[in-house]
Amino acid sequence: MLTDKIYKNIVVKFAGDSGDGMQLTGTQFAETNALFGNDIVTFPDFPAEIRAPIGTIPGVSGYQIHFSSEKILTPGDQYDVLVALNAAALKTNIKSLKPHGIIIANKDGFDDRNLRLAGIPENENPLTNHSLDNFTVYEVDVTKQTKLAVAEFGLGNKEAERCKNMFVLGMVYWMFDRNINNTIQYIEQKFKKSDVLVNANVKALKTGYHFSETSELFSNQYRIEPAHAEKGTYRSINGNQAVSLGLIAASIKAKLPLFLGSYPITPASDILHELSKQKGFEVMTFQAEDEIAGICAAIGASYAGKIGITTSSGPGIALKTEAIGLATMLELPLVICNIQRGGPSTGLPTKTEQADLLQALYGRNGECPLVVIAPSSPSDCYEMSFMAVKIALEHTVPVMFLSDGYLANGAQPWLIKNLDELPEIEPQFITENKDNATYLPYLRNDSLARQHAVPGTPGMEHRIGGLEKEDITGNISYDAANHELMVKIREQKVLNVAKDLPLQTFEQGNENSDALIIGWGSTFGSISSSVKELNADGSNIAQVHLKFINPLPKNFAELIKPFKKVFVAELNNGQLIKIIREKYLVDAIGINKIQGQPFQLLEIKETIKQHFN
Amino acid sequence: METEILSPIFTSKDLETDQEVRWCPGCGDYAILNSVKKILPDFGLPKHQFVFVSGIGCSSRFPYYMDTYGMHSIHGRATSIATGLKIANPELSVWVITGDGDALSIGGNHFIHTLRRNPNLNILLFNNQIYGLTKGQFSPTSLHGQVTKSSPLGVVDSPFNPLALALGAGSTFVARTLDRDAKHQQEIYKRAYYHPGTSLVEIYQNCNVFNDGAFEVFTDKATKSETTIFVEHGKPLIFDNGNKGILLDGLNAKVVNTEDVPANDLWIHDENDLNKALLLSRFFDDENMPRPFGVIYVDAKKPVFETIFNQQIAERKIEDKETAFAKLLKSNNSWVVG
Repeated sequence: MLTDKIYKNIVVKFAGDSGDGMQLTGTQFAETNALFGNDIVTFPDFPAEIRAPIGTIPGVSGYQIHFSSEKILTPGDQYDVLVALNAAALKTNIKSLKPHGIIIANKDGFDDRNLRLAGIPENENPLTNHSLDNFTVYEVDVTKQTKLAVAEFGLGNKEAERCKNMFVLGMVYWMFDRNINNTIQYIEQKFKKSDVLVNANVKALKTGYHFSETSELFSNQYRIEPAHAEKGTYRSINGNQAVSLGLIAASIKAKLPLFLGSYPITPASDILHELSKQKGFEVMTFQAEDEIAGICAAIGASYAGKIGITTSSGPGIALKTEAIGLATMLELPLVICNIQRGGPSTGLPTKTEQADLLQALYGRNGECPLVVIAPSSPSDCYEMSFMAVKIALEHTVPVMFLSDGYLANGAQPWLIKNLDELPEIEPQFITENKDNATYLPYLRNDSLARQHAVPGTPGMEHRIGGLEKEDITGNISYDAANHELMVKIREQKVLNVAKDLPLQTFEQGNENSDALIIGWGSTFGSISSSVKELNADGSNIAQVHLKFINPLPKNFAELIKPFKKVFVAELNNGQLIKIIREKYLVDAIGINKIQGQPFQLLEIKETIKQHFN
Repeated sequence: METEILSPIFTSKDLETDQEVRWCPGCGDYAILNSVKKILPDFGLPKHQFVFVSGIGCSSRFPYYMDTYGMHSIHGRATSIATGLKIANPELSVWVITGDGDALSIGGNHFIHTLRRNPNLNILLFNNQIYGLTKGQFSPTSLHGQVTKSSPLGVVDSPFNPLALALGAGSTFVARTLDRDAKHQQEIYKRAYYHPGTSLVEIYQNCNVFNDGAFEVFTDKATKSETTIFVEHGKPLIFDNGNKGILLDGLNAKVVNTEDVPANDLWIHDENDLNKALLLSRFFDDENMPRPFGVIYVDAKKPVFETIFNQQIAERKIEDKETAFAKLLKSNNSWVVG
């Protein structure tokens, strides 16, 4: 039980059926806490099915929110409060509730039917069999109370019941002394076409709030003070929103329209949705007939001098493979966003994984190097997607941007970074033939980028294609030596990107630390927090986190050289570790998790500790 | 207006590139290349406004031999690349060069969806009923029973009827021509150019190495008058040197002797009539009917994809993007610290 009144960190998990509106509830609670000034990290966890059978284990949808008066980086290993709207939600989530944690259980979700659907024997109702004695359980007949609260609006049984998420949200708002006005505004906006739904949902929210207050169910309210954040304007943002904004920012900076060719796929579709709304910024969004057409249309747009983008997830990237090879041969700018999910094949569509790294690096026919970059947090997706466009345009290369489901849907407060805080972008397209000279499409600048003359430019008519090019002229060439030369040029061209990249620095520790832990992409928060805790307990671990994976930062070899013990933590079966071992001949130790879930701090800490015993 | 000839800015000769043409001697592709080169100067556009996008296959080498902009892309995807290109720059005259394998087999999905959307592209489908570049396997237009390298006992598949497929997909311009008939080709390509929307031209093209004579029955002097019919809008369907005509009896087309039937009673070709176009495309399945050539169907009213696409953007275009973006960044729920 939470005995104090003021806490630094609290983790709440909302869990219910996938039709119970848990994602909406969690998002609202997160946003309200963010507006209050807490630091937040969220972790939505939902099934792939839109409506798995109601009340069953596969149908459970959850939303975890960690909010704090301090800087936090992870959604938390365990929750302080579990809100369970049915038996299946409790069964699925109880293992991660802290000892003595609070359970708010919807009593109506534990009737015989719900127990049966959750696969719990009738006589083992967890609310009555004392299996929850180590927790503080608040049983509330949420369904019944909600229906009573909204009875006056004459909604059907199902519609009335659907307001129960607002009822529990109201309860939790009171528990943490939060203002409900932001959610009221949200409800008014969401249901603006139906006054009845606005009124019913607001009523359910308020009733839940007052229920907590007047029922004296909870002994007191808890306070989590605002975090002391850097001065400035903040908003809550998730990874896919940040990608969309970063791409638009790059388009404005580069003064070139954005063209997204895409096909719907989880968990990338939200980028398509977001960008489709932003036509005012000359954003062209083309929903293609398939993944291949999506990337090919983007290549067509890049060829015309726009910023070609394609977004997808692993299975879709597999389909785009041949076209990525074409873009590499054409040496046209292109950004490929892979919002990774569990694989192989259809795999775990709504779960997170970092298992497409080797696909990104090597998954094409022929020698086909690709620039690969990975954002480290939801908000970092903004600057990293911007960087993806900058690199693609300035180096005339395709760039693979590796986000994942955890970053895509996870939200955090973000100190807004305006356009004037972002670097300039210098596209290499030629739109007019100034010198009236013979155009050589594969003539290069110092960094080996070529200057592409876009169709419609007078006097620069030329042909390009997927067949091997002759150096400089771009004519078809089957010459043996030329092919080798071109392979080396395309490799060097990617390596040259490192000249423009920041040097790698230590996140924690330094070259004298006892061991080094290397991570990449979305695991930044869990690795950082784990190392921080280990070092606070007397360890001396250094941490580096890679955001630029191909090419690696220029000083990376030098940086890892002093370390005898190197850990590589990643959410896959060991992929970056292969690169580290191969490139630097280090006997690195893998810390891996392949469960479709982010690392818990304990998992990282335990593995490291084992190697020091 | 459709056939208006504007004063040329360049000549056909200006379209030659420094690349040696590498098709087999005698290939039908040469004739198509020459016909396209012949008509391109007539449109009044400078040559830098033309782009030829191709996929993979013998015909897809075409862009290398045309001194305009061009891209030789990947197998089956030319229509998708061309769609992105056309959306991104609607001013360009974009031509897709493809073959029966490229468009109808590996690129079948892009083919039908492009026709459905109707961007203003001109698709020249070189149909030789064989895979030439991979040296002689059957294609999706090879005939049932055809013996090829990969069907020594005869093709088991049934062939696609490309024009019926196109009409089924919602195509707004469907035509057929022959590599051997330069004049007819040129007329059709011009019509295709001026059509607002996707123009599909199927070209019967002889592969003299792997499928020689596939269309001989339509080109040989001894047979062609009876096996082909050249349709023209508003004119009766007459063939066999004026001896035979086609009568429409309900939904059935019948071959009749013209001396038995007044010309006015014959089927008058109406290229804007989809039902008649579908019937015409179906002559393909009936060996007693002549094969129609010419413009089979035109719908100039269906909206052009990139026009509407770009209109949505033009109507919402923000002039001061920096200011609007700063507002977008803040969203509705920002807060200030300090």
